[in-house]
Amino acid sequence: MPFQILKQPKVYDICIVGSGAGGGMAAKVLAEAGFKIALLEAGPDFDPANPTQRTQLRGPWESPRRGAGSTRPFGDFDMAYGGWEIEGEPYTKKNGTEFDWFRSQMVGGRTNHWGRISLRFGPLDFKRKDYDGKGDNWPIGYDDIKPYYDKIDKLIGVFGTKENFPNEPDGYFLPPPKPRLHELYIKKGTEKAGIPMIPSRLSILTKKVNKKRGACFFCNQCSRSCSIYGDFSSSSVLVNPALETDNVDLFVNAMVREVLTDGDGKATGVSYIKKENFQEYEVKAKVVVLAASACSSARLLLNSKSSQHPNGLANSSELVGKYLHDSTGSSRMAFIPSLMDRKRYNEDGVGGLHMYTPWWLNGQKNLGFTRGYHIEYWGGMGMPAYGFGFNADQLNGKVPGKDGKMKKGGGYGLGFKEDIHRFYGSTIGMAGRGESIPRKDNYCEIDPNVIDQYGIPVLRFNYKWSDEERNQARHMQDTFEEIIHSMGGMALGDKPGADSDYGLEKPGRIIHEVGTTRMGNDPKTSVVNEHNQTHDVPNLFIVDGGPFVSQADKNPTWTILALAWRASDYLKAEMKKQNI
Amino acid sequence: MDRRETIKSLVLGSLASSFIISGCISKTDNPIPEISAKKIEDKKDGYGRTPQEEARDIELKSKTFFSEHEMSTITLLAAIIIPNNDNSGSIIDAEVPEFIAKDIPAHQIPLRGGLRWLDHESNRRFDKLFEDSSKGQQLEIIDDIAYTDDVKPGFQQGTVFFSRLRNLVTTGYFTSEVGVEYLGYLGNTPNVWDGVPQDELDKHHMKYDEKTLNQCIKPEERNDIMNWDNY
Repeated sequence: MPFQILKQPKVYDICIVGSGAGGGMAAKVLAEAGFKIALLEAGPDFDPANPTQRTQLRGPWESPRRGAGSTRPFGDFDMAYGGWEIEGEPYTKKNGTEFDWFRSQMVGGRTNHWGRISLRFGPLDFKRKDYDGKGDNWPIGYDDIKPYYDKIDKLIGVFGTKENFPNEPDGYFLPPPKPRLHELYIKKGTEKAGIPMIPSRLSILTKKVNKKRGACFFCNQCSRSCSIYGDFSSSSVLVNPALETDNVDLFVNAMVREVLTDGDGKATGVSYIKKENFQEYEVKAKVVVLAASACSSARLLLNSKSSQHPNGLANSSELVGKYLHDSTGSSRMAFIPSLMDRKRYNEDGVGGLHMYTPWWLNGQKNLGFTRGYHIEYWGGMGMPAYGFGFNADQLNGKVPGKDGKMKKGGGYGLGFKEDIHRFYGSTIGMAGRGESIPRKDNYCEIDPNVIDQYGIPVLRFNYKWSDEERNQARHMQDTFEEIIHSMGGMALGDKPGADSDYGLEKPGRIIHEVGTTRMGNDPKTSVVNEHNQTHDVPNLFIVDGGPFVSQADKNPTWTILALAWRASDYLKAEMKKQNI
Repeated sequence: MDRRETIKSLVLGSLASSFIISGCISKTDNPIPEISAKKIEDKKDGYGRTPQEEARDIELKSKTFFSEHEMSTITLLAAIIIPNNDNSGSIIDAEVPEFIAKDIPAHQIPLRGGLRWLDHESNRRFDKLFEDSSKGQQLEIIDDIAYTDDVKPGFQQGTVFFSRLRNLVTTGYFTSEVGVEYLGYLGNTPNVWDGVPQDELDKHHMKYDEKTLNQCIKPEERNDIMNWDNY
């Protein structure tokens, strides 16, 4: 194959790398402002309304593996192309540490499958160092970002309720759906245990926000991405409107290798490999905006080496890749005997929890950890998929049969089949999602020895939890048991103890990784300024999770969106003033 | 899909959701035209695969893992684990365990080895392969390996095997169309969720409080565009 770098003659105003939450938001805001944009995406085109890509409203029998997670880690019907492992695109780990890196390459990225949990950071979340002396404060506060949260609520749509709950700011909420039966049970348990539980805040349209997107029809399948755009995906809600301006050229299957620079150290565009033919191309632009995901953007910068930037671009602080942090997670399941032999009705509801528990112990000083967590709940008569009915022997020996007699766990035959019928809908689960402390020695860097199939040097991770996170997981497990007992349930399996870090998931498993290009006022201790603009290269911006200084116990998407909009407004103004 | 088609399906989508509230909903009367059940059948094996995933499915389907004897033994065991009865339909075949074994290689040795264990045990007791033994003889062995919290010495491995097969057969049945029907799962279809039915609330001594009733979505308002004035 002849090898030459194919250069496009066109010079765009702005080149955006990545079409997920951050890239989609930047593309929409900047395209609507009239700028000519090249939007690059490493994966294929995707639109939730495309029937050939649709998994929504399919039955489990349509998959020969009944939806098992052999090619997609969350199962055949989940709408994320990619996963923790991608063929031909490895990453490595060092010092015996663990980090699992989830990537989804497709238009819209991970927003196509996420839980739509759309929480605002509260005032405390931007200033945690003031509170516990750990990590760093953000250079901005809640009041700086609040107007953008407000605009996003109205543009995208999120249901919830005004609660005036400490550090859990209210927004512009659509009405929430009514709780399901298991949620009413859990609510009784949390009330008894003195733990709050309020309607969840999910970006799902219980009511319409415009004429283009349909209202939710309650199929519970947001993880499959909604064909009528009843939930938020960057593909349908941001990228499509951006494309409709005719100011955006979308490049799919474009794996970006590096950011190009001129002799003055300004960004001039990017080079990318087209996956279909392995050819290398260049796209020129006056401004480059990275939104490839926290770790991918860090990788891009570290791989953009030149004589002026021997450590990689925008890395004079040598902090690119550092302060990587994911949410903590730990979970438990339970069996609720009074939920056996349930009346059958369609209780799918929206995709995900109708109620959740926000962090309620901000005032407590003696927990053994200083950052909080929220609790997510699940249960109910959901659609069966691979794994349904597994380990029924652990349930059917626990309570008497219909004849009032106890039986041995397990069995076979009609009695066993009826047991599955009886126990359907009687198990629930809960999971904590907590804030970890960002640390400089948790990081990703370029592995000096390994390249991927495109010839691009890969990331190497170094990540360890500390006692802060382990103690938090222990507290989660104690709380779960308290709730389960208070609601008349039996916790399933053994309580995870110190030997398993209290069920604390490996770093990367919660898929909230952020912090690799953190924000700050001082170029020596941060990579971007408060407008997501790199200190070193004024025409280079980063609008994914990389700029997070800390991530609260809140899922990062709503804040990525708010920061990306805010950065785009700033960029717009600077370009108009010809400062960039 | 080009942009124009996307816009067209958007329009259909919004019409569709208003239909949900005004029209009656049933499985045969799918209110979302572009994703009707018929379209699914049009494309053989289509369930939203990427080209790579589709190629993998085709390759797996072209392979055989279990021998004829292994397959007939699995079929026999499946009928013992989830027997057919008058009102529950039947998928008594070994298609799901066979595919899963190819798809998830970690199942291969435990399943194959377990079938050998079963034949060996049957030979030892009755001088016959498991599938050639009488029904009574078969159940005599199964009774020794079907109860995980009461395992006699020497039967632990057999019990572990039977639990694995029971898991796969159970999942295979309850994820089939007849299994879902027997189970009584009524979702996976456009719906309007307006809370737990009153008789079910009463049975469980639950109720929605005033606050919840006031703040939750009213079905008749869900197709209105949210108005933020005076919010």
